[in-house]
Amino acid sequence: MRSIFSLADKNEKTNLVKRYRVGKVWHAVFFLSTAIGLVALVTLLLSIVNQSFGLMAVEYKVDPATLANRPLEELSDTELIDILKSNVSKIRLRTLEKEKPLEQRLHDELLELVNAQVVGQRIVNTWNLYDSIFRRSEIEAEAAKDYPNARLEFRAWLNWQFLKNTMSSQAQFAGIRTALLGSLNLILYTILFALPIGIGAAIYLEEYARKDLWFNRVIQTNIDNLAGVPSIVYGILGLAIFVRALQPLTSGALFGTPAENGRTILSAGLTMALLVLPIIIINAQEAIRAVPDTLRQASYGLGATKWQTIWSHVLPYALPGILTGTILAISRAIGETAPLILVGASTYITTDPSGPFSHFTALPIQIYNWTTRAQGEFRSIAAAAIIVLMTTLLMINASAILLRNRYSKKI
Amino acid sequence: MNTDTLSQNDYAIETHALNIYYGNFLAVKNVNLRIPPKKITAIIGPSGCGKSTVLRAFNRMNDLIPSARQEGKVLFHGKNIYDPDVDPVQVRRMIGMVFQKPNPFPKSIYENVAWGARINGFSGNTDELVEQTLRQAALWDEVKDNLHKSALALSGGQQQRLCIARALAVKPEIILMDEPCSALDPIATLKIEDLMRELSSRYTIIIVTHNMQQAARASDLTAFFTMDEDRAGVMVEFGLTSQIFTRPKNKQTEDYITGRFG
Repeated sequence: MRSIFSLADKNEKTNLVKRYRVGKVWHAVFFLSTAIGLVALVTLLLSIVNQSFGLMAVEYKVDPATLANRPLEELSDTELIDILKSNVSKIRLRTLEKEKPLEQRLHDELLELVNAQVVGQRIVNTWNLYDSIFRRSEIEAEAAKDYPNARLEFRAWLNWQFLKNTMSSQAQFAGIRTALLGSLNLILYTILFALPIGIGAAIYLEEYARKDLWFNRVIQTNIDNLAGVPSIVYGILGLAIFVRALQPLTSGALFGTPAENGRTILSAGLTMALLVLPIIIINAQEAIRAVPDTLRQASYGLGATKWQTIWSHVLPYALPGILTGTILAISRAIGETAPLILVGASTYITTDPSGPFSHFTALPIQIYNWTTRAQGEFRSIAAAAIIVLMTTLLMINASAILLRNRYSKKI
Repeated sequence: MNTDTLSQNDYAIETHALNIYYGNFLAVKNVNLRIPPKKITAIIGPSGCGKSTVLRAFNRMNDLIPSARQEGKVLFHGKNIYDPDVDPVQVRRMIGMVFQKPNPFPKSIYENVAWGARINGFSGNTDELVEQTLRQAALWDEVKDNLHKSALALSGGQQQRLCIARALAVKPEIILMDEPCSALDPIATLKIEDLMRELSSRYTIIIVTHNMQQAARASDLTAFFTMDEDRAGVMVEFGLTSQIFTRPKNKQTEDYITGRFG
């Protein structure tokens, strides 16, 4: 017996085959798009990792191995002082004592002194991770020929010292602590200003503004367009308004803790807040618009006022969506460089930011600065800084997502 | 009961020459309806005849639609609720509403009941109020162990009874129900109808329904609406349910309830 599904008609059969074929082609196209994106992403990550680890050729005035039988980091303070006393000239030692008596210096400070005054480490060349692993013998030959006094050492540019140290003119001692703290502070002020204003504007536009008035439509169109304005324009705006016009406020002069000028974290935070405001507003609006009208009606039906309805039902329901917008805003703000250059982030600063009125630097600024240096080792620390930047972003976003999921579950 | 024997102030709510517009479109024309207290009044009619619009006019829910406006009066205790000195928030506190789709707040069962009372300034024992209200809505036994669980975990019928409880918690005089059973199965529907019967001893209930059996089963009075030639909703006939369904005075009513139209 023939099944009812057996294709008796030849035409019908070829037709079906054709329909499936079209579907398969599209399936392949979509898969390819995903694959291309993935490959790009992996390449990016690998190239960064490739840069931030690898061999380097180092020359020493004094080989650290001859100073002690253990790595210098493990030596005690007195041992480090002994090394200094026996290796540094009397005159130099006296100057150092005058600056700050050796006994009062911290372990890290002493270590730095030993490295700078005694060891005199100098990096003469660096290689990336791939070459270091697969072309090791060639590198060894090259190093032996070109740098007879140098030693080959493997170095992870991304290490604890890198996170802990402040800026330095030598790549091997440079760290991103100031930049990392600067970026975190910046994000804090950005969100502090942008979130309340953004949510407020979104509530006004969605719940209060009459959409049939031309005035409100103009506002809406402008906000939508502002999201696409190049960030450098916001930088110019921030420079003119926050750094210059509002200098008494942003330099802290009004509050009695004056910086010399308005190039402070506060100015940068306000500029960034302007930059991410459209993103937060648009996402919050979407979230508020997605609140089912039946919920509002239920609330009004019980004799709730407009504000009670918004506060108790609309906002809690929209909160996960608003948080999504905040995540996007943070991601944008943490990577922005152009506006920071304009509002005057410092590129060489060694003091941690101490409040809204301190001068600052940020991770992208530091990365940009390092990539413009001629020496290869600065490219390596730039790559290491990129890893730190991305990890920071990932951690901030992960906590926001956790918060959002916890909240969605409660609903 | 003869509705005409009630004196002016005895009606729960009444409309005088009520016209409702959406923009320039006249949606409901010249409705004169006098609804007696502590009875179940059903509003029936074909789709688009303005039943829900009239119902929503009773507690000024149409105010939420920017293009809606009305002419005429809706009297509640002799006072036109559309007078400029009347606050719609107060109107809705006294005239509660249950909607077509169960729409509990995405909060706990307890919060669903307590919230309305709290925002209206309730300062007594909330636990007591919640229990008493849930008992009134015939839901207490089913949820008493899960009061702090999400209301969204309840079944559709339970959710709708919770919505009724929520409306009862603010102590209204009238409860408006806009097709409360249209999203429910027959068993849940019967439970709601039983509940309505129970509640009608203390509250005036006005229900819009598509389901004529429901109107016939559950209501004391029935108003039949239809559309005139301009597609404006008009009230054709209003009377005791028993009379409307057995001896309709109007030909259109008869056509509708016998299934020849609508």
